[in-house]
Amino acid sequence: MSSSLFEEIQTPPSGDIAVRRVTINVNGEPRTADIEPRLLLADLLRQGLQLTGTHKGCDTTNCGACTVLFDGRPIKSCTMLAAQAEGHDVQTVEGLGTASELDPIQEGFKQEHGLQCGFCTPGMMMSAKALLERNPNPTEDEIRWALSGNLCRCTGYQNIVKAVLWAAEKMRSN
Amino acid sequence: MYPSRFKYEAPKTLEEAIALLDAGKGEAKVLAGGQSLVPMLKLRFAFPDQIVDINNIPDLGYHRFDSDGTLRIGALCRHEDLEHSKVIASGQPTIAAAAPLVADPIVRTRGTFVGSVCHADPQGDWAAAMIALGGHMIVQGPKGKRTIEMKDFVLGPYTNAMNYNEIAIEAVIPAPKGVARGGYLKLERRVGDFATASVAVSLDMDGGKVLRAGIALAGVGGKTIDANEEASFLVGKELSPSNIVKVAELVAAKAEPRTDHRGSSEYKRQIVRTFVTRILTAQSAQKVA
Repeated sequence: MSSSLFEEIQTPPSGDIAVRRVTINVNGEPRTADIEPRLLLADLLRQGLQLTGTHKGCDTTNCGACTVLFDGRPIKSCTMLAAQAEGHDVQTVEGLGTASELDPIQEGFKQEHGLQCGFCTPGMMMSAKALLERNPNPTEDEIRWALSGNLCRCTGYQNIVKAVLWAAEKMRSN
Repeated sequence: MYPSRFKYEAPKTLEEAIALLDAGKGEAKVLAGGQSLVPMLKLRFAFPDQIVDINNIPDLGYHRFDSDGTLRIGALCRHEDLEHSKVIASGQPTIAAAAPLVADPIVRTRGTFVGSVCHADPQGDWAAAMIALGGHMIVQGPKGKRTIEMKDFVLGPYTNAMNYNEIAIEAVIPAPKGVARGGYLKLERRVGDFATASVAVSLDMDGGKVLRAGIALAGVGGKTIDANEEASFLVGKELSPSNIVKVAELVAAKAEPRTDHRGSSEYKRQIVRTFVTRILTAQSAQKVA
């Protein structure tokens, strides 16, 4: 699976721009790739490592669909160079759970119907994960505040907030 | 969207970073939080030959008060660090009020205070806060460090007073003469949008009397608006309703808003008037030091 844009970025750079070898700890496993410095982390994840759970919505640092955890904190992976992730921990939505064993956040989105088209969902869940790790018992306001960098164009916010409340309660009872 | 091609280095010392900038002769750019630079690279508004990533340089992520009350913010201190800081919450009300309003929560985990000031976006929160606070920037180049007063730092939209081979290493906010008071209010259409208008207010108070007053505006002019001269009307006075009305009028007149899709110029001027009044009224209600 490749796109012309990705092929363009993969062609050997001209002049004195060196291809860099980076090793990034992705979902707990070291992953190594040869990249051009201008490659964005979102594109390395999606096209280089085939981790297509991380979505690209706006590509302009607005929508939050590409949110991943970088050393445990949420970042917009379309707004970080892949080269900057060298030696760091990156967690994507693929690292949350498995089909048979969902993370409580994924379960919450299922139980409370926290998604319609699902495009914003990976980013929503990664922001929610960062929130719940810092604050296991958030209020509705705190959830809305923490998710305010993630846009949902189905306007399913109400159920997304309920999903995070559900997950928080489940995680506290575990 | 991809940036145009560039060379990338992530040096481990300031000296190496400065040497790279110097060798770049104006075609090298510093990457700190990257929350303005990376979008500009992607839109190809910026196309440097060389990116100098300073994130691997240790000990730049601090913010701390000196024993005399001077606040120092290092080049890699993120917006989020200030938002959650106990010392900021108790010691610097203008910054405490602005930090949660910068961009959105995800951008705040990466973007830096110093980088935002350097970016000099006319709608940027931190340049306005720094002007109101009477701060200065410490920059370092091949010949060593120098200090640039905030009023001289922002030259225009996206233009600061640094040379191409200098890095802003620290923002400094002088110790207040009395008790530091102030606030920050921003009107935005949604979280993360550019400001329709925002107002930064910084006061040094002795009981009910104003010892120093600073006000700056974002989003209502071609660059950050310095209204410190207008704010100085309050010096030596109490925050009485009539004094608040007067200074709000002076500051609103200083704004240079333009009509656009975020509102008419008169609407934005009214927002400035209202925000100045609200912040000052809130201070007058809690005047006991």
